[in-house]
Amino acid sequence: MENKDQEKNSLYLKIMPYLEKYGILLLLVIMIVVMHFLQPDVFLSWRNVTNVFKQISWQSMLALGVFMVIVTAGIDLSVGSIMMLSLMILAIVAKAGAPWYIVVITPLIAGFLCGLFNGLGITLLRMPHPFIMTLGTLYIFRGTGNLISGGTPISGFTDEVRYLGHGRIDLTWLGLEKSQYLPVSLVLIAIVYIIFWIFMNKTRTGKWIYAIGGNPNAARASGINVNKILVIVYSLCGFLSGIGALILAGRTDSGYPNAGLQSELDAIAACIIGGASFFGGRGTVLGVFAGVMIMGILRNGLNLMDVSSFWQQVLIGSIIVLAVYIDVLRRDLGTRK
Amino acid sequence: MSSINQLLLEAKSVTKYFGTITALENVNLKIHAGECLGVVGDNGAGKSTLMKVLSGLYKPSAGSLFFDGKEKILESPKDSQNLGLEMVYQDLALAGNLPIGENIFLGREPTKNLGLLKFLDYKKIKELTDAHLGKLKINVKSADQKVEELSGGQRQAVAIARSTAFNAKVVIMDEPTAALAIKEVGKVLDLINSLKQTGVGVIVISHRMDDIFAVCDRVMALFQGTNFAESELSKTSRDEVIGWIMGKK
Repeated sequence: MENKDQEKNSLYLKIMPYLEKYGILLLLVIMIVVMHFLQPDVFLSWRNVTNVFKQISWQSMLALGVFMVIVTAGIDLSVGSIMMLSLMILAIVAKAGAPWYIVVITPLIAGFLCGLFNGLGITLLRMPHPFIMTLGTLYIFRGTGNLISGGTPISGFTDEVRYLGHGRIDLTWLGLEKSQYLPVSLVLIAIVYIIFWIFMNKTRTGKWIYAIGGNPNAARASGINVNKILVIVYSLCGFLSGIGALILAGRTDSGYPNAGLQSELDAIAACIIGGASFFGGRGTVLGVFAGVMIMGILRNGLNLMDVSSFWQQVLIGSIIVLAVYIDVLRRDLGTRK
Repeated sequence: MSSINQLLLEAKSVTKYFGTITALENVNLKIHAGECLGVVGDNGAGKSTLMKVLSGLYKPSAGSLFFDGKEKILESPKDSQNLGLEMVYQDLALAGNLPIGENIFLGREPTKNLGLLKFLDYKKIKELTDAHLGKLKINVKSADQKVEELSGGQRQAVAIARSTAFNAKVVIMDEPTAALAIKEVGKVLDLINSLKQTGVGVIVISHRMDDIFAVCDRVMALFQGTNFAESELSKTSRDEVIGWIMGKK
């Protein structure tokens, strides 16, 4: 009996690391296959696939930022508001007639500064939890965005400004049709995700981010400047929200007051579905990407099948609860008692 | 201890307040090379606070620390590490989500630098880890195993390996055997004895008289945040030391 248990245990230990790493990709592949059979003509068409990527483009930036924060066992509720404020600043600077290269950099700087504000607030004001600081800035940043714009949309940007969100890479030289283009935002997602994959997995700072999430006391005792790393993480999260603003500006050609409303929740959901643990220290960049894709494909697929958006809400919510339940089970089984 | 060895670390009149609470008052401590000092005391006697002052985690409210005879002011644990002082915490201070090797080198990882970016040298971490674990005769399946998958004794061994990976001169161990199964206690005590032989000064905080009398050369007792008693181990007895812990001489 005991022997059997041990066998089961060792098999479990062999499979678990792979399941933990790639299980979420498996789910993604299953979803794609199922959607393909449900909508064989449309779902995997060039037009629809590029559409999914365009739809997830700015969310994927917010999710990546929130992911790093979650790895430190923190949370950033303000990313939607950071994106909105960055977008409004971009719109105002663009309307003021600044050259495109200034306009393009503005949201990145604005996002970074908002994140820095979060990070400094959490560490210097010794907030009991990042939830509180970023809940505060969720209101502060959106309020500021409305104050500077008067709460009205500001539209009309130049093509250079819209390039990242709206640009198309022509593939006719590959013998493809004119409609079979590559959205610039897709390329941008790939580049940003690869950079942050390298950052989280190969650099010392990335390792320290995981260590802080695993055991902040251990990190501190090891001489790691935990507060400095946290400030860096929240600043990068803000910066990524700024990139999100730039993409959104391209997609919508407008700065509008409702931009990014509740998108912080989508970002958190994508991280959780992608296997990042709220306890900190666990999760992968690849997983977040899968999480963003799963949410994007779910919405897209349900739209294609004409399912009401209310059902989409119910389904996404259910997936979150299920994903976290799996995380709880994984933790129970994976840790020696 | 047969010969008089070099004085590695000395704390003079260390006092620490937390608000209105006096955790330590005028506490003195000395540790020599190759020596093991046992620090005993009841809960709240100030043992842990003293160790945190020595390691730079707390700043003393008054008093001074001398490393190799020179007065030093510690701003963070990094400073004490640089001076050759290492700490093995009671809660082990390991990150369970990281592998053994990355825990041993946490905060001091070998890197390959590319401008401002510091990339981890995973190959070197693995080599150094295998060599170091081998030197200390610590057996684990693989250096890539996550710490949360290890037993209590293995975790303690990793924590001690971590403390000695950088040629430490003084190692402080807070209750090194408290969380261990009985069969694992002996191994940890052997590890302490072999550290002494390499000239490391070891400070052991423990409630267990068996541990103190197995590895220590000298024992000092704290009582209500003050030096209460101190003796060569050969000149005292268990009953006397237990009396000190209760505040009786």
